[in-house]
Amino acid sequence: MKITKIEALENIANEIRVDIIEQVYNAQSGHPGGSLSCADILTVLYFNQMNIDPKRPNAKERDRFVLSKGHCCPALYATLAEKGYFSKELLKDFRKLESNLQGHPDINKVPGVDMTTGSLGQGLSVSVGMAISSKMERAGCRIYCLLGDGEIEEGQIWEAAMSASKNKLDNLCAILDYNGLQIDGTVEDVGGLTDVKEKFASFGFNVIEVDGHNIESLINAFNITKQKKGMPSIIIANTIKGKGVSFMENEVSWHGKAPNEEQYKQAISELKLKHFTN
Amino acid sequence: MNNENKIATRQSYGEALADLGEKNENIIVLDADLSNATKTNIFAKKYPNRFINVGIAEQNLLGIAAGISTYGKIPYVSTFAVFAAGRAYEQIRNSICYPNLNVKICATHAGVTVGEDGATHQMLEDLSLMRTLPNMIVISPSDDTQTRWVIEEISKIKSSVYVRLARLATPIIYDKKQKFEIGKGIQHGNGTDATIFATGVAVSEALKAKEELAKQNINVRVVDIFTIKPIDKELIIKCAKETKRIITVEDHSVIGGLGSSICEVLSESYPVKVERMGIEDTFGKSGKAEELLKYFKIDKDAIIEKLLS
Repeated sequence: MKITKIEALENIANEIRVDIIEQVYNAQSGHPGGSLSCADILTVLYFNQMNIDPKRPNAKERDRFVLSKGHCCPALYATLAEKGYFSKELLKDFRKLESNLQGHPDINKVPGVDMTTGSLGQGLSVSVGMAISSKMERAGCRIYCLLGDGEIEEGQIWEAAMSASKNKLDNLCAILDYNGLQIDGTVEDVGGLTDVKEKFASFGFNVIEVDGHNIESLINAFNITKQKKGMPSIIIANTIKGKGVSFMENEVSWHGKAPNEEQYKQAISELKLKHFTN
Repeated sequence: MNNENKIATRQSYGEALADLGEKNENIIVLDADLSNATKTNIFAKKYPNRFINVGIAEQNLLGIAAGISTYGKIPYVSTFAVFAAGRAYEQIRNSICYPNLNVKICATHAGVTVGEDGATHQMLEDLSLMRTLPNMIVISPSDDTQTRWVIEEISKIKSSVYVRLARLATPIIYDKKQKFEIGKGIQHGNGTDATIFATGVAVSEALKAKEELAKQNINVRVVDIFTIKPIDKELIIKCAKETKRIITVEDHSVIGGLGSSICEVLSESYPVKVERMGIEDTFGKSGKAEELLKYFKIDKDAIIEKLLS
């Protein structure tokens, strides 16, 4: 069922953020920064855009989602649980021994996970393979692939981009979580990543730039990509790493660190406050 | 063995693949700008809509194949062994083996028998790299008949498979009635003076050596270990018990390939001395394939010399 009310979607995104913090705090391990930055994108995809049914997670005609930046799986797990793929109770075991919620997503362990990811740079090629297959079978699926900005320093991304364009994969929509930070600093300083729009445009993509935390803008952008024929699309989502938790926002140190008890309480109270004011 | 009628396993692969395409519509073939050399061009001509050329981008090649396999299709992926098992190793590990996807990697131009291209293109570590991966079956066919059987058989198995193919034309060893089974070696003869375990192009060299040695009253058996993983432990132990010497021969590094696999089995279950013949912790070099077999001491004459020593 599609949710169209912006406030309702904003509340879901906020709920996902709470669950991200809960998971990373419980595990005392994980990646909060990049998970928080993509919460709105995942919300729009799973609650407004994608043709999916949590009761039929393997349905052939379903749309696919590949979390190429696999370390941000707390956001994906929270989204899937919120959508009803599995019980929210399971989120407590994230990253623990014998849990299905591994440190990076596993296609064989979690209903709703469409591809095992974690090693950066590989998800777009897999998505290209899915998009080609869907076209061959006339299955009508759309394939969504979420990329990290640091991740696109990997050469394989550009190999895949070339293939997407060559094969005219208009059923493929990549999303760049452009929060500007990677482990060692800014994407400009560390990898020399600049002119992202121009790069993808020159590789033959339909490029749309949006505020990655504006639900309405994201919905509009995804709707535009569905109309574009003959070429793949990428939504450059300008985001804030750590979005929603004041002391995590734009702080590179929160890339892969768990909050202590005090920080956890503050983060949850900030997020709960937002929920009610919405 | 027919010494007159020679064919490279890459050629057998290309022809078998085109035949398989007719029987099974789910077969999709991918290549990275080497289809003329890997022989996937035969399939490409016949089924252009089921052939994907990704260009010179092997990491992407394996990733796209992984994605295609999630749709229930059976991708057969080809490039040279050094670019598949080497360059795209981590894609094979994380996007194919770990998620346990059904991708067939048929890599050609393995070993020094690549010839003139030299060390950069002579993959000597692929068996080693591929057999350490969980969920991976590793096959190294020795002749035309076996290769054709393997290519069809693996389409029926839901697992990732690595098939190691050669550029050099080698004799046809098996007739069409020969029965094969994945994971089972093929024993040639019952000689008790030695067992020569061989794989790939080395099998025909071992068989030639066996014939000549018989004339000197040295009776060896040759075992074609065409499945490197899962390996035929039972047959290896049986031969170690029944014969006086154990020798392994392969067009691959002596580290990590057939020789190492045999050592692992025997050291655990029936410790005996194992003499490994292969490429000795070094890179290959340019030359004619036959010259290189001789140079690196993995040809018939080197095997005979070893047995006489």
